[in-house]
Amino acid sequence: MSDMTSLVRVQDAGLSHDGGKNFIFRHVDLDIEEGQFVAVLGPSGVGKSTLLRVIMGLIAPTEGTTTLSTAREQTGSRRSALVFQDARLMPWRTVRGNVELGLEGLGLSRSERRQRAEEALELVKLSAEATRWPRQLSGGQRQRVGVARALTVNPDLLLMDEPFGALDAITRKSLQTELLAIWQKTKKTVLFVTHDIDEALLLADRIIVLAGKPASVRGDLRVGQRPRDPSSPGLRALAGRLRSLIAGEEDPGNTPYWQAAEI
Amino acid sequence: MNGLRIGAGGRAGLGAVGLLLLLAIWQASVQFHLVPPGLLPAPTELWAAFVSEVSGGFWVQAIKDSLVHYVAGLLIGSVLGAGAGLVCASVPLVDALTGGIVRLLRPIPGLAWVPFAILWFGLNNVGATFVIAISVFWINFYAAYGAVKSVDQELYEVAAAFGHRGFLARLHYVTLPAAMPGLLAGLRTGLGQGWMSVVAAELFGVPGVGARMMQASSLLATDIVVVYMITMAGLYALTDFLFGLVRDRLLRWQG
Repeated sequence: MSDMTSLVRVQDAGLSHDGGKNFIFRHVDLDIEEGQFVAVLGPSGVGKSTLLRVIMGLIAPTEGTTTLSTAREQTGSRRSALVFQDARLMPWRTVRGNVELGLEGLGLSRSERRQRAEEALELVKLSAEATRWPRQLSGGQRQRVGVARALTVNPDLLLMDEPFGALDAITRKSLQTELLAIWQKTKKTVLFVTHDIDEALLLADRIIVLAGKPASVRGDLRVGQRPRDPSSPGLRALAGRLRSLIAGEEDPGNTPYWQAAEI
Repeated sequence: MNGLRIGAGGRAGLGAVGLLLLLAIWQASVQFHLVPPGLLPAPTELWAAFVSEVSGGFWVQAIKDSLVHYVAGLLIGSVLGAGAGLVCASVPLVDALTGGIVRLLRPIPGLAWVPFAILWFGLNNVGATFVIAISVFWINFYAAYGAVKSVDQELYEVAAAFGHRGFLARLHYVTLPAAMPGLLAGLRTGLGQGWMSVVAAELFGVPGVGARMMQASSLLATDIVVVYMITMAGLYALTDFLFGLVRDRLLRWQG
C-alpha cells in the first residue's frame, strides 16, 4: 500500500465542536490510493458524512491533518466533488444549470460549459431532461443530476455521501449498477459513505469501518473479484464480520484497526 | 391587498359578477333614497364627472404628477429597503448593530414623516418621493430580511462544495436566487403601499391624484373624489398585473 500513489492522506485526524471536550471522531488514519473505490461503512450518526467533509476541506479538523494531493491541477476541473444524500439541487436552476454549477468560475466559455454538462447528462442517461426543473424530476432522476454535477468537474476525488440512501430499492439497485459502469469507464477515485453493508460489498474495492464514540477506524477490508454476487458464501461471511465490527462486538484491541486478507 | 389579479377564468368571471352586484346595490340605494341624498354619488353620475375631469386636462395631469414621485419613491425605497434587509440578514454584526435602530424607526408611519419632508425638501416632488420611499422601505426591508434568513442553509454547502465560497459568491449563487420569491413578494406589497402613500404625500399640496382628491373633497364634490379613488385602484391593478407578469417569468422554476 505504501508504495502506491496515495491521493488522500488522513493523519491522526480528529474533530470536535466544543473545543476538545467531545470528539465526533478521533485518531483517524487513512490512505486512499488513486483509482480505488473505497466505502466508508458505519452506523447512522457516527460521523461518516462529517469525515467526508473534512477530507473535502469543507470543515477543518480540530486535530491532525488531511491532505488531498493532486498532481494534475488541470484547468476546467476541480480537485474533488461531492454527491449529497438528498441530491440538493438548486430549485431555480434547470437540470443543465445545476450540472453547470461547478463549471462556473473555472474559466470555461458558456458553450464549453454547456457541452461538458451535456456529456455528463448523457453519462447518467438524462440528456432528455436537460431543460426541466428539479421539481419535475423523480427522486432517482434528481440523484442522477447530483452525480452528473459532480462528474462534470472531472474531480480527482469523487465523494459520495449515502447517495442512494433515500431511494426506493429498485431505483437504488439500478443506480448502483450505473455507478459501477461509470466508475469503470472514468476510473475515478471514489470515497463512498454508506450504512448499508450489502451496498458496500457490492460496490467497493475496500471497506473502511467507522464506529465507536468518538468514532475511529475499526476495520479496513479489501474485497476482491468483480462482478460480485452479494449472496455468495464468501461475501456472506464478510458481511457477518462487518456487522460485528460496526456493532463494536469485535474489539480492535491494541491495534488501531484490523485488516482482512484479500478474499 | 392583491386587488384585481388575472387568474383562472372562473375566478375572474366570479370577481366581475361580484363587482357588478356591488354597483347594482350602490346604484339602487342612491336611486331609491336608501341613503340620505348628497352622502354618496350614484355610479351613473361618475361618468359625467370622469368626462369633465378628463376634458379639463386635470385627470391626465394628476396621474402624470403622481407617477413621478410614485415611481421615484418606489424605486428608491425598494432598492434601499431590500438592500438593507439583505445586508442585515446576512451580516450578523450589522444585524446586531442595527437591531435597536430598526425597532425604533419601524413603527413610525410614513405620514408622520410629512412635516420633516416639507421641512427638509419642501412641498414638491422630492418631499413626496421621500414619504413614499420611507413607507416602501420597511416593507422591502422585512421581506428581504425574512427571505434571506429562511434560505436553505444546506445550499450554501452545495455552493461551497463546488468552489463558490466567500460573501459575493454565496450572494450570487445562493442568497439572491433563493430569496427571490420573498424579495418579489415584498416588492409587490410595496407597489400597493406606494399608491396608498401617494395620497398621504400629496395631502399637503404636492400636485397629483391625491391632491386633486383633496381639492374635490373640500368642495364636497364626492363624485370627483370617487373618480380618483377608482383611478387609483385602476393604476394599482395595472401596476400589480404588470409586476405579476415579470414575477411569473422570474419564478418559472416554482411552477
